[in-house]
Amino acid sequence: MIDKKTIEHIAKLARLHITDEEANEYSAQLEKVLHNFEKIANIDTNNVEPLITPTEIEVYWRPDEAKQEFSAEEMTANAPARAGNLFKVPPVV
Amino acid sequence: MELTFASFSEIADAVKSKKVSAKEVVTHFQNRIQSLDSKLNSFTSQNPNAVKDAEAIDARIAKGENVGVLAGVPFGIKEMLCTKGITTTAGSKILSNFVPPYDATVVARLKQAGVVVMGKLNQDEFAMGSSNETSFHGTVKNPWDLERVPGGSSGGSAAAQAARLVAGTIGTDTGGSIRQPASFTGIVGVKPTYGRVSRYGIIAFASSLDQAGPMVSSVQDAALSMEVICGHDPMDSTSSQKPVPQWSKNISTNVKGMKIGIIKEYMKGGLDADVQKTFDQSLATLKQMGAEIVEVSVSMTEFAVPIYYLVATSEASSNLARYDGVRYGYRSDFKNLSAIDLEDFYGKTRGEGFGKEVKRRIMLGTYCLSSGYYDAYYNKAGQVRRLLTNQYLEAFKKCDVILSPVTTSPAFKIGELINDPLTMYLNDIFTTSTNLAGLPGMSVPFGMSQSGLPIGVQLTAGHFEEQKMLNIAAALESASPVKGQKPHVI
Repeated sequence: MIDKKTIEHIAKLARLHITDEEANEYSAQLEKVLHNFEKIANIDTNNVEPLITPTEIEVYWRPDEAKQEFSAEEMTANAPARAGNLFKVPPVV
Repeated sequence: MELTFASFSEIADAVKSKKVSAKEVVTHFQNRIQSLDSKLNSFTSQNPNAVKDAEAIDARIAKGENVGVLAGVPFGIKEMLCTKGITTTAGSKILSNFVPPYDATVVARLKQAGVVVMGKLNQDEFAMGSSNETSFHGTVKNPWDLERVPGGSSGGSAAAQAARLVAGTIGTDTGGSIRQPASFTGIVGVKPTYGRVSRYGIIAFASSLDQAGPMVSSVQDAALSMEVICGHDPMDSTSSQKPVPQWSKNISTNVKGMKIGIIKEYMKGGLDADVQKTFDQSLATLKQMGAEIVEVSVSMTEFAVPIYYLVATSEASSNLARYDGVRYGYRSDFKNLSAIDLEDFYGKTRGEGFGKEVKRRIMLGTYCLSSGYYDAYYNKAGQVRRLLTNQYLEAFKKCDVILSPVTTSPAFKIGELINDPLTMYLNDIFTTSTNLAGLPGMSVPFGMSQSGLPIGVQLTAGHFEEQKMLNIAAALESASPVKGQKPHVI
């Protein structure tokens, strides 16, 4: 049962503020979607290794070289706030 | 040459032989964007340097330099791909002010081949949606009927291509986001094999499913652009080191003796009548051309939608954790309002920055990955995903390519399904399994509904067997009853 309390707990885990209206809406919708997920519960998967990536990963190593791809200016250009080359954050962070 | 409908080769040859300048090509398409896009909302931003970029190509041609196989071909790029110096928002408020300092590998390769980037194309927020109604930039309209959706999430790419606002576009496909909108707008859309295309610089949604691919006007253009964007990239460890074939040179419409697989579990009915008719006609056409039809069983496709949403939302909840308001993107206004603690800081920023559908999926993914539920959901989905993939591998021992519908119905009306996520998710029933198994898939236009909406058919091939898929698609394209039909907006 995805009640409001569960929704609030998930939102906390997800670091996501949601409104009361959203909590009510998600509660009903998630319940329905999760019910749909139950379809796979009875499939026999004993000793089946989960598939994480669908095609084989061929091991490739990049040369172990230090490279400067971007300047500090470029790396901080999108920051919401900055002080010189540093990311500026509110005191709590 | 009518530039609007010219193929990539025609444009590139004309530019290289100076019959037309790259600048003239770019200006022609800029004029089309200017006059038509207000109806469609397919572009989110235009490249302010497009003309300058075209002039640089002309200058290099004047000097006798090799400018690449797509010289002067104007492309629109889905907002999911980073473009150096051009805003890349992924359709989200949380990235509304993000200007990447680099190009995604796909974009860099297109530019190297002579493509001029015209601008960025609208999409569902973080590619989450099947209708292009969840974008921060608003809904995109289908150029065949402005009251209908173009499909999602690459709806902007589909609409811009169908209305010929550009010569080619790039979309991304996590669960059908290239093929479904291609079908809804009457264009060709290809999702290559997982690993064919580098994901470097593509904003991550679900890393084990995402692939970029062309959304273009013909199978030949699709093959040519795939040759440019595919191939190993040292910046993406999941990109394959397999050589990239010259698909465009090897396309053959001779399908005699080829085995076309039909998934028997798909034959249960429940399809829209026009979709069923298009599928039946495509099958009859291939049979008439000498292909052999074989029935295959992939019973796990019944569970493709739940597995897909379990995997995709779980991966998304993890990938989207990077949007914390510290280093880039949107941050809530803390000038007048202080956060109580770190969680409050993240929560406010993320709560305000993400849209409703994205939040819904982050919540779902977080739940499925949370303690006590991981095994029952994410792990279980991974196990069933392997069973599904194994069934496909077995099926491809019996056939060359699988033919199926792309969607259950043609383009639906704007607003029709937006508040019913489960029905919207079930819309992806024919496309999601391809991503789960990492197979290449494509949509090719083959029919028209009674109300004048395009309908595509889907082809799926074995891993790295794009040539077979392109050949069958070219055969269908050559015999397509809807060849040459144009959307009303043109």
